[in-house]
Parts: sequence; C-alpha cells; structure tokens
Amino acid sequence: MTDAHTPVTEEPNRRDFLYLATGAFAAIGAANIVWPLIDQMNPDASVKALSSIEVDLSAIESGQSITVTWRGKPVFIRRRTQAEVGDAREVSFADLPDPESDADRVVKDEWLIMVGICTHLGCVPLGQAGDFNGWFCPCHGSHYDTSGRIRKGPAPKNLEIPPYDFVGDTRIKIG
Amino acid sequence: MSGESTYNPSNGVSKWLDSRLPILRLAHDSFVDYPTPKNLNYWWTFGGILSFCLVTQIITGIILAMHYTPHVDFAFNSVEHIMRDVNYGWMLRYIHANGASMFFIAVYIHMFRGMYYGSYKAPREVLWILGVIIYILMMAAAFMGYVLPWGQMSLWGATVITNLFGAIPLVGENIAIWLWGGFSVDNPTLNRFFSLHYLIPFLIAGVVVLHIWALHVPGNNNPVGISVKGKQDTVPFHPYYTVKDGFALTLFLILFSYFIFFAPNVLGHADNYIPANPLVTPAHIVPEWYLLPFYAILRAVPDKLGGVVLMFGAIFVMFLLPWLDTSKVRSARYRPLFRQFYVLFILDCLLLGYLGAQPAEGVYIVLARVGTVYYFAHFLLILPILGLVEKPKEVPESISESVLPAAPQAAE
Repeated sequence: MTDAHTPVTEEPNRRDFLYLATGAFAAIGAANIVWPLIDQMNPDASVKALSSIEVDLSAIESGQSITVTWRGKPVFIRRRTQAEVGDAREVSFADLPDPESDADRVVKDEWLIMVGICTHLGCVPLGQAGDFNGWFCPCHGSHYDTSGRIRKGPAPKNLEIPPYDFVGDTRIKIG
Repeated sequence: MSGESTYNPSNGVSKWLDSRLPILRLAHDSFVDYPTPKNLNYWWTFGGILSFCLVTQIITGIILAMHYTPHVDFAFNSVEHIMRDVNYGWMLRYIHANGASMFFIAVYIHMFRGMYYGSYKAPREVLWILGVIIYILMMAAAFMGYVLPWGQMSLWGATVITNLFGAIPLVGENIAIWLWGGFSVDNPTLNRFFSLHYLIPFLIAGVVVLHIWALHVPGNNNPVGISVKGKQDTVPFHPYYTVKDGFALTLFLILFSYFIFFAPNVLGHADNYIPANPLVTPAHIVPEWYLLPFYAILRAVPDKLGGVVLMFGAIFVMFLLPWLDTSKVRSARYRPLFRQFYVLFILDCLLLGYLGAQPAEGVYIVLARVGTVYYFAHFLLILPILGLVEKPKEVPESISESVLPAAPQAAE
C-alpha cells in the first residue's frame, strides 16, 4: 500500500508543480467566469447613454429654482439672489464640516447647479428651508446653506456639483 | 436523529422504498417518534408557526408573481390590478403583505424565547447562528418585497437602505451604483430586487433544513434548561407536540385573519399607495415596523459611517451571543438577576422601535442614543459580567422532577 504514494521529500517535485499550476489555472478560470456574472449588474449601455442633458435657463428669474432630471436624479438649478451669494461668501471655513469655498462650487456666481440628493442617505432636500436658508433634508435632519454646503446634521458632504458647462449665456449642458 | 430509529415499514412498498431512499424513516424519526422534552410550553410552538409562515409566503408569493410586472412603468398598476381585477387577488396580496408582519412577530417571539431560556448555549450555538442567518435573510426578503409595489415608500426606503452601502470608505459609491445598476434606484434596481425577492425564500427554506438538523442533534432545549437524561424526560413529538403546535397555530391564525380581513393596511404605510416619484421625498421615511429598532440605531449616530456600522453591528452582535453570555445556567428561571435585565432589554428594544418611527430630532435623538448604548451594553457588558457575579437558584435534578415534584419517578 505504501509504495502507491510517493515518498515524502523535502524538495518540491514535478507533481507538486503540476498540482499548484492546475489549481492556479482553475482559480483564474473561475474568476474569469465570475466577473461577467458580477459586472452584469453595473449600469448598462442604455443607462449610460442618458448621461448628458441640456437645459435652457432663460426663463428663470432671480430667486427662482427649477429641478431637472439627470441620470434619474434630481438636479437643482437656482438663480441665487445677491443676498444668498453674499451669505455663502461670508462663511468661514471653520464653520464647514466639508470645507469648500462658494466660488469653487459655481461657474457663474448667480447660478448654483447641484445634484439634489442629500449626501446622507439619498433623500431629496427641500429648498429655501432649514437653519441656513438653503436646503433642508426632512429624512434625517441635514441642513445645507445657500451654497449647498452641509452645515448641520448627519450628512458628511456638501451637495454634489455635477459636471456642467455653459454652452450659451443662458444654456447649460449637464454631464 | 438522536438515538436509534424506531421506524418500522408496514408494507411491501414502504419496505422497498426504505432500502433505497429512507425518506419516510427520516420523516418518522424527525417528526413522529422524535423524543421531545415533556415540559415544553407554548413559547415552543413558534418554530412550527414559523414554518407555516414560510410556506404561506412562498405559496402566495408564487401566485402574486403570476400577476405582477417588475417594471417601473407597470409595477404600481399591476399591484392595483391584483387588488381589483384578479380573482381573490386582494386576499392573496393581503395575506402576503400581512404574512410578512406575522412572520416577524413569530420570529421575534421565537428569538426572545431562545434568549430567555438560554437556547443558544452549548451545545446549541450552531443552531442559534443558523437562526440569526435566517433572520438576516428574512429582513433582506422583506425589504426587497416592500420595494416591489413601487410606491413612494418603496422607492425611498430602497434609496435610503442602498445608500447605506455608500458609507463604506473608498468603494462605497461604486458598490451603490453596482447595486442600483444605474445612478439611482430605478428600473434595473426594481428588476433585480424582484429576482432576489423570489430567490431568498428558497434560501431560507434551505437554512431551515439545516436549522432543524442542528436542532435534532442535541434535541430541544426546554423551560428548565437542563438536558434530557433519559426516556422518562421525553414524549414522542406526535401526537403530543403536533397537537400542541396545531392548537397554537390555530390561535395565531385568528390574529393573522384579523389583520387580513379587518385591518389589512394598519401595518403598512399610507404613502406606499402613492406611485413612486424620484423628485419628491416623503416628509417621513419610515421602514416597516419590524426594522424600526435598527433604524433608530442608524439615526442615533451623528456620523454616517458610524450609524451604518452600529446598525449592522446590532444585528451581527447576535452571532456572538453564545459566547458573550458567560453563565452556565441556561434557563432564566434560575437566574434572578438575568431575568430583570432580560425585561429591561425587551423594553429597550420596544423603546428603540418606537423611536425609529419618530422624527429624528430633539428628545427623540437623545433617547435613541441612550437606547442604543443600552442595547450594546446588554450584549457586551451585562451578559458577560452577570454570568460571573450572579448566584443562580438551585436547578432541579431532572426534567421529570421539575414537572412532577411530588413523585419524581412515579410517572414511569
């Protein structure tokens, strides 16, 4: 019976090599098969195809906001009043959990364009509400200021600014 | 499974089958002649009730899937179609929707029973862990099922819960996008939730088989918490416990029927009869009642990642329960101090449940923080310390002695 087994040797032999090589090859093969099964859940081509929109801003007066949909998410477009811009510029970084200057969050001072999704757990905040007269999320009580920056509550970050460009004086392309 | 098989094939066909696939022998030894402690009380009937709930959910669920359309444009209306047009559709949907709540009522009683009588202690740790796995699967199934009608609570509940994964450092956002199949909860999300909602009950059924297997190796725990010492401590499962379980199930069905026929929507949320709208968040996002304590813990923490970690931690700490409780005495009947802390723990869970339904502000947040700290203290401080400092009462010699104190062996 014993001579059916190879004797125990210190040196790896050819059989050990074959054994490891086969195992490694099987593992790589398995990973290759598993990846498509996982990746199929990522956004598909038709979802990605809807990734940019153009919006005409000419009808929005100062102090008005509109909400458009981009990638299934609401995007807030607000034409801020001078007072709101002033408020946003006066805040010191020490008061901001996620410090960011207002100038870095806009292309034109008047136009604040951001994804209308609370960075806490994804609710849509209410406009011109909360302790800082910006946005207030009713779900778990996050307060944002007139620049959409988090000031109070559980949300960790400022409201996200989507990639956008002015394609005319009153026309933007988001995405 | 414990002890010798007592199955005796009575005719040629069952003898023929028994020597090829002894499935009738397995059923006989597991559910007919299975030796069961003779002192089990009505708290032990919830295992059978839970099996009934699972079968009910699977049967009604398969039928509902025949009439439901998992697409954002049609899902809400197809549920209304079930309610208004499909023969008995209203009844089947109300059974399924309230059945989820009844399932959770039964599972919470079942879990608290295990905690009171120390059913998680050696040699039943694996049995307990399998139970916690079933509980987690149940929560996943219930959550995904609640998304399918595609009302406002469906959409926003799904949004809040899937965003929990976004709190994971570095890869969180990619995981959320992967779960959604897009950039927010949308049609791909609904589709996959439907697929998984259909799958999970069968996973639960598989784990239930393991759960019963792990139960039948050491045998049932019992109200006095001491092990079976011999035949005088047990009775056969049938007819003693089939009848007892059947009677308890009947009472349970009366409560179930009350909800189905007289109060089918009290356990739900009115906002879910408003079609999902991705641009408007309901003022109050509230999960189903059975998830409220965990929701309260999530909101009690002022930090996003911290809240998510504690919420999942509140569930995962149950896996460690068999090792956190250091007392060798199983049943709370003989643990005077533990009994008091057990009541406090139940009150704490109820308090957290209440707070989970309240707005996250003012005194509610303070109370939720106190409740959260106490929840974890119960598992991580009170249980380990109690086992060391508590002086248990005297435990009876045997199950027989505990139920027949006057004539310990006379019943034989």
